[in-house]
Amino acid sequence: MTRPAATAVIAEDEPLLATALAQELAQLWPELKVVATARHGEAAVERALALRPDLVFLDIRMPGSSGIEAAQALSEDWEEGAPLPLIVFVTAYDQYALQAFEHAAIDYVLKPIDAARLAKTCARLQTALGARREVGPSPPAAVEAVEAAVEATLGQLRNLLAAPGIAAAPGPKLSVIQASMGATIHMVPISEVLYFEAADKYLRVITAAREYLIRLSLRQLLPQLDEQSFWQVHRGTVVRADAIAMAVRDDAGKLEIKLRGRPESLPVSRLYAHRFKPM
Amino acid sequence: MPSQRRSASSFLWRALRVVGFAMLFAVALTVTRGQNLGYTLIYSICIALICWFCIDMGRFAMGRWMHRDSPVGDRDWPGWPWMLVIILIGSAIGFGAGTALVDRLLGQRSSNLFDTGSLRESLTLLLFALLPAIAITYFFYTRGVVADREALAQAAQRQAAESRLKLLEAQLEPHMLFNTLANLRALITLDPLRAQTMLDQLIAFLRSTLTASRFAQQSLRAEFDRLADYLALIQVRMADRLSVRFDLPEALAEAQVPPLLLQPLVENSIKHGLEAAVDGGAVHIGAARDGDFLLLRVRDTGVGLAEAADTTDAAKRGDAGDGMGATSATAFGLAQVRERLATLYGDQASLTLVPAGDAAGGTLAVIRLPLVRA
Repeated sequence: MTRPAATAVIAEDEPLLATALAQELAQLWPELKVVATARHGEAAVERALALRPDLVFLDIRMPGSSGIEAAQALSEDWEEGAPLPLIVFVTAYDQYALQAFEHAAIDYVLKPIDAARLAKTCARLQTALGARREVGPSPPAAVEAVEAAVEATLGQLRNLLAAPGIAAAPGPKLSVIQASMGATIHMVPISEVLYFEAADKYLRVITAAREYLIRLSLRQLLPQLDEQSFWQVHRGTVVRADAIAMAVRDDAGKLEIKLRGRPESLPVSRLYAHRFKPM
Repeated sequence: MPSQRRSASSFLWRALRVVGFAMLFAVALTVTRGQNLGYTLIYSICIALICWFCIDMGRFAMGRWMHRDSPVGDRDWPGWPWMLVIILIGSAIGFGAGTALVDRLLGQRSSNLFDTGSLRESLTLLLFALLPAIAITYFFYTRGVVADREALAQAAQRQAAESRLKLLEAQLEPHMLFNTLANLRALITLDPLRAQTMLDQLIAFLRSTLTASRFAQQSLRAEFDRLADYLALIQVRMADRLSVRFDLPEALAEAQVPPLLLQPLVENSIKHGLEAAVDGGAVHIGAARDGDFLLLRVRDTGVGLAEAADTTDAAKRGDAGDGMGATSATAFGLAQVRERLATLYGDQASLTLVPAGDAAGGTLAVIRLPLVRA
């Protein structure tokens, strides 16, 4: 039985560097197939979700969403039950990010690429991929192994997203949301907000009675929220913890939360699912 | 101006010095007037300490009271006129109280300031206390001034060094440098001729950056050439995502400008306007004449000012590693340009940064400065 060749997607906004990385990889790992290169974060996520590669090389600084945001989106939208791709970050100079990678034990490569360093990374990736494929034929064991691998990757990403320099430093906390509606500014006490949901460049602010739009990104809002009372449950959703009535896992294994006083349920991404465990 | 900010911490030290002065004074009195050294020492030290304590407390209280509304500055120094009054009162109290105290302790009876019987003798005695008090106050005052000046000079030196370092870091931004080197490394195998051209441009850029501060002025033509080198480097990296246009009327080519004046503006256009835009865009650098003034414009079709703040956050979250936050780097670049203009031209020059305000969007920066020809 021949193994299918390992596949990779490269996300790099500078075309010459994408070509150079592909060439270096071709020399060090001839069996690896680069199935797509993307020039910004959103394209990388879209290509990777469609092609389901074994590896994703993500440049950190890209137009649109950054490499780290792309990694988060990938892990959240990846198909349940399938092993997440192994992620390698690529960066020219990012002292905080590098500390965060070291801390979270995530692979990274520096530009200009040092062949010896890339060779080491490739060896590690080959070992990790090999271990994944060694899993025995009996389905329960295979499923368990995949779950363990996914959980390990998610753990790394959680560490990375919480690392200083990557996570926004907490600032002064908001007590009132000021939302404009026509000529009126509504003052919404933060304690009345049930959840915030990202909508393009806006943020929907949902209370029991009505909803408002504010021109602020979730990224800008997060440091101004008390993280004990507001929980991020998805890259686009932050919910007030005491408004959550229950968390339910559906047949497909997806976790959802239901709120007090609202009919809708909100999806919880697997990156944040670990918060909903029985005591 | 002088403050005696370190007064609290050096309180004891000053007391010791006062004792030292008092001992010298006593020795001098003993030698010149043939008094008993032991007694004179005790009187002298006691009087000096009380005088000094009254004067120091008076200075401190008066200074604080006079500067009660200003949280900074010389809060412990009320100024010389008030100081002389304080010294006079402090010396009188010190002399009177000191003499009385030692009299009682030693069972002596010496001529007291307030019951000498003659005004002339009282004044002479007071002068004995007053002159050393003024001398000692002057001594402490000048020492305070010198220490303050030293501290100020050190702070200024530190600031200058920090600002030079920041400037160099901003000019030779590590992220830009390493990315450029990575591209160069890729080109060496892919296209050696282009690699050589790119290396030449990098050399020209580095040379102009490192020598910029040594020349006060250069021609607008040279300024545009340096920007062209920089943008050529960026163009290798961004490829089709960046288009560049220069617009330099021949008549203005020899106009004199401070070297690399436009560099921070062009860098902002690239970093926060165009690199952040998925489809990239254009940067347009132009010069025009407005009477006796020169107008220099840097315009990009990037994400624009409002969004730049947001995407800057994104870049910051992705990599806060360029030494400082991207927002503060932008602000630093603009502040640096404004500072240079203010130093060189006063209020004759200005920098404005506005949304470009047409369909293509982006940001427009305009520098207006006096037209100077070679």
